[in-house]
Amino acid sequence: MDTKVKQSQGKLKWVGTRQVRPDGVDKVTGRARFGADYSLPGMLVGKVLRSPHAHARIISIDKSKAEALDGVKAVVSGEDFPDIAKEEAFIGEGPINFRYMAHNMMARDKALYDGHAVAAVAATSEEIAQKALALIDVQYEVLPHVIDVRDAMKPDAPILHDDLFTEGVTPEPTRASNIAKQVEFGRGDPDAGFAKADVIVERDYSTQPVHQAYIEPHATLASVDEEGKCQVWASSQGHFMVRAYCAKLLGLDLANIKVTPTEIGGGFGGKTLVYIEPVALLLSRRCSRPVKIVMDREEVFRSTGPAPGSHSTVKIGATKDGKIVAGYAEMRLQAGAYPGSQIGPAGMTAFAPYEIEDVKAVGIDVVVNRPKVAAYRAPGAPLAEFPVESAIDELADKLGMDPIEFRLKNAVKEGTQSCYGPVFQKIGFIETLEAVKNHDHYQTKLGPNQGRGVASGFWFNIGGESTATVNVNEDGSVVLIVGSPDIGGSRASLALMCAETLGIDYKQVRPLIGDTDAIGYTFLTGGSRVTFATGLAAIEAAKNCIDDLRKRAAILWDIDVSNVEWRDGVAHPVDAYSDEHEPMTLKQLAAQSAKTGGPITGHIALNAEGAGPGFGSHVCDVEVDPETGRVEILRYTAVQDAGRAIHPSYVEGQIQGGVAQGIGWALNEEYIYNAEGRLDNPGFLDYRVPVCSDLPMIDTVIVEVENPNHPYGVRGVGEVPIVPPLAAVANAIEAATGKRLADLPMSPPKVLAAIDE
Amino acid sequence: MNYQSPETVDDAVAALSAAGAAGRVLAGGTDLLVQMRSGRRSPEHIVDVKNIPEMRSVTMTADGFRIGAAVAGAELGEQAQVIAEWPGVVEAFELIGSTQIQGRATLGGNLCNGSPAADSVPAMIAAGTIAVIAGPGGRREVPVEEIMTAPGQTSLGDGELVVEFMLPRRAPLSGDAYLRFIPRTEMDIAVVGAGVNLTVDSAGVCQSARVGLGAVAPTPLLVADAAAALVGSTLDDDALNKAAAAASAACNPINDKRGTVEYRVKVAGVLTRRAAKIAYDRARAHA
Ligand SMILES: Cc1cc2nc3c(=O)[nH]c(=O)nc-3n(C[C@H](O)[C@H](O)[C@H](O)COP(=O)(O)OP(=O)(O)OC[C@H]3O[C@@H](n4cnc5c(N)ncnc54)[C@H](O)[C@@H]3O)c2cc1C
Repeated sequence: MDTKVKQSQGKLKWVGTRQVRPDGVDKVTGRARFGADYSLPGMLVGKVLRSPHAHARIISIDKSKAEALDGVKAVVSGEDFPDIAKEEAFIGEGPINFRYMAHNMMARDKALYDGHAVAAVAATSEEIAQKALALIDVQYEVLPHVIDVRDAMKPDAPILHDDLFTEGVTPEPTRASNIAKQVEFGRGDPDAGFAKADVIVERDYSTQPVHQAYIEPHATLASVDEEGKCQVWASSQGHFMVRAYCAKLLGLDLANIKVTPTEIGGGFGGKTLVYIEPVALLLSRRCSRPVKIVMDREEVFRSTGPAPGSHSTVKIGATKDGKIVAGYAEMRLQAGAYPGSQIGPAGMTAFAPYEIEDVKAVGIDVVVNRPKVAAYRAPGAPLAEFPVESAIDELADKLGMDPIEFRLKNAVKEGTQSCYGPVFQKIGFIETLEAVKNHDHYQTKLGPNQGRGVASGFWFNIGGESTATVNVNEDGSVVLIVGSPDIGGSRASLALMCAETLGIDYKQVRPLIGDTDAIGYTFLTGGSRVTFATGLAAIEAAKNCIDDLRKRAAILWDIDVSNVEWRDGVAHPVDAYSDEHEPMTLKQLAAQSAKTGGPITGHIALNAEGAGPGFGSHVCDVEVDPETGRVEILRYTAVQDAGRAIHPSYVEGQIQGGVAQGIGWALNEEYIYNAEGRLDNPGFLDYRVPVCSDLPMIDTVIVEVENPNHPYGVRGVGEVPIVPPLAAVANAIEAATGKRLADLPMSPPKVLAAIDE
Repeated sequence: MNYQSPETVDDAVAALSAAGAAGRVLAGGTDLLVQMRSGRRSPEHIVDVKNIPEMRSVTMTADGFRIGAAVAGAELGEQAQVIAEWPGVVEAFELIGSTQIQGRATLGGNLCNGSPAADSVPAMIAAGTIAVIAGPGGRREVPVEEIMTAPGQTSLGDGELVVEFMLPRRAPLSGDAYLRFIPRTEMDIAVVGAGVNLTVDSAGVCQSARVGLGAVAPTPLLVADAAAALVGSTLDDDALNKAAAAASAACNPINDKRGTVEYRVKVAGVLTRRAAKIAYDRARAHA
């Protein structure tokens, strides 16, 4: 770290304050431009034809009638896209196989789920495009389908992929199956561990696939000119990701593609992939006109990735004095139509909050005739930690221990080796448990039919590649350019850190997100990385800018740069020269920059390491209607270690949003497939995310145990809060009714059936 | 597509008659426009009834109320006297949708859309509401329970529309209530709906009752057995349990994405019991 930058430690001026977000006014006035808001002259409407079958061989696709329709400019199907070989990459928050991604974007020989794209058109109007879809003649041979993960694992199940042989098992299988892969994590000998246990709980659990339910459907505008230069506007979590995937899936030169990020109306992991961008590009290339594709909600539900569903068996053993001695989990995850559910993160997170000597977690990836899964906030963790946090509650009950005390007795802390391998650095799990214990919520009395549950949650958080540029304008204001799409208020947080580092007013910093040609490579917005990693880049770019500013002052004062110090936004000559020169502000230096070498900037490109793991502990009160099984959330308090809250309002917003989504996952969200394997509830009327009046104000408590690997101590915060609610609600229902529900969602009919048992 | 916006009932009837099977009434449009967008209905002639004053007004006489079939939920919600006398009907109507939907949704639309789960209908049935129907042959009066014939279908003939609904003035010692069950708190379709209207004597003994149920059969039901179980009682547990059992027995639901047969049957009884208690308390308070 540069010793010439004096940070008034502890006395931060901007970090930790609640400033108005730079993008706020545009968003509340409707001026902000989201994916569907972009248009170009001569633009065409693109639409996608989707399979009505859950599983079918595509015998033929006749596009001739559609092509002949007046106003239709291009029609494409699988055969028009390059054939992509199987190639594994670990990008973002899950494994990617480009062949699967290509086939998921546009079906080739088989349609694998209701909603699978089979063809697309570009036409001069929405009506014509719609008519053209109806004129595409697809001949299908309908095949038997399988929707449930347990059915898909049976030996006589319909097979989705003839060339899928289970990886990670011995002996290597000789028959294709729907089981793509098996992974294992852990240490020690669980059998020996269970032998030491005085109390053991074991149970089967299941969770349903749930959609990220971002408010903005996928939308893109693509334009290819006669020279093959491609431009894409897309609502995504990463425009560099869109560029890379479009190049890969279309066999294009990456250098020929420019992607401009639009404002994004939510992603939650679901926009870390491409579905329509390469399709729009190909359509545009065919007719040299811009093509816009906007999904409707039904398409979003039928064809984009939810989080996987799961069916798990979890067993935990503890001694009489409350020490967990063994843990075992087998989790069968529903990948959707192509392999690639988050079995890795599920296996690693399941037992992560606890110190257990003998522990094993097995993850199994299973394909079924549903849309391929995508990342969703802490991908894999909620479904893995829900059974464990439920079992912990059950164990505490059996041992007669308070569930917080039981967790405290087994909680990981600095220096503990995690169940998945690494040794934890400084973490704040214990602090979150203490905060719950000391919160008045934990002490209040409950009435009849009411119950209280607690649960904790863990997520790794990641760092990764980020680029940032700080440009000083001639009036002394500053533009901060980054490559991270802002989906949670990151422009505000980055501007705060930039202003703090430079020592200038927050309002003097204008943050913006550069397109793929305007800023260096930046990994997508995911893994709760932006405030940490791009934040680090913003700080480092600001520091480089400060070095430039010091140089300019040195030139003006004609002294060596080592004799210039930067303090609170002002260049000071060091003591020996302090009588000779007046300190100069950033504004003064900017005004004279032409004399000292031209515009002043700072730039950095880095790969951030040392993301601090995040922990949260939640407490939830419910009331259960014993005659209808309806669960009302009475009160909810979420405690989380944020490392340091750069903008506390947005940390609170992340926590509240995660809790709301977790409660939906716990109580009502599920996909309903009919006997033909068609989705019966592709809309918000019957896919029940919580509405505003379903939830109480969610109280948040931010604990700050600083991440030593970040100048301001930042940890990621966006993902942890969706992890604990599933078990917190289940544990509360158990407390209210005496019934343990292990099968999500805990919808009224299921709760009533349990009560009436 | 042809759109007409007549200002009298006669003109509306004429327009509908001329259009025949291709015609469709548009009131608030909160069902119809959604169905048109999704491609489920594509009428060629639309007759908008929101500009017909007779259908947009609420009048009160010594005999009763006349509520225009095109009065929006938010408008009825401002009618203090209707709320005071028919709280069950008003609360059922106001449960529909959200603030935005309330600005558009009408009783006529809720009934004529033909959904078995329409919220206002069981409450109107329990209240003994009469629908006034206008058509090429003049006007006729029909009890609300006789309008829906099957999901999406009504007993209205060609060129007919519902003009208004008639409710009597509230008799002393009587009251009504409506409850619905949904998994969420709003923006959902009833899994079960139950409306109860009853009259007691000064000793609190139930003299007469009507029970309406929604979402438990192909059409909303008038359940005479459940009402009979209440009459002659002070709504003690025994009478309430009998009424609940009768309500459950009257159900003929389907398994669908909103609920199972078993669940709907059970909850129909629970809601009937709960709605009856509220109606009873209101009746006793309305001396
Ligand atoms: C977001 C949302 C939430 C909703 N929530 C609920 C709810 O909670 N409960 C519920 O019951 N419904 C709900 N609905 C459905 C709808 O709002 C109601 O059924 C509403 O009462 C319909 O009234 P409308 O005036 O909008 O009907 P319209 O859509 O105008 O008409 C509906 C049908 O009735 C016919 N029609 C209308 N008026 C007459 C008339 N006077 N004579 C003859 N035929 C007529 C029309 O031709 C059409 O077929 C919801 C709808 C939406 C969009």
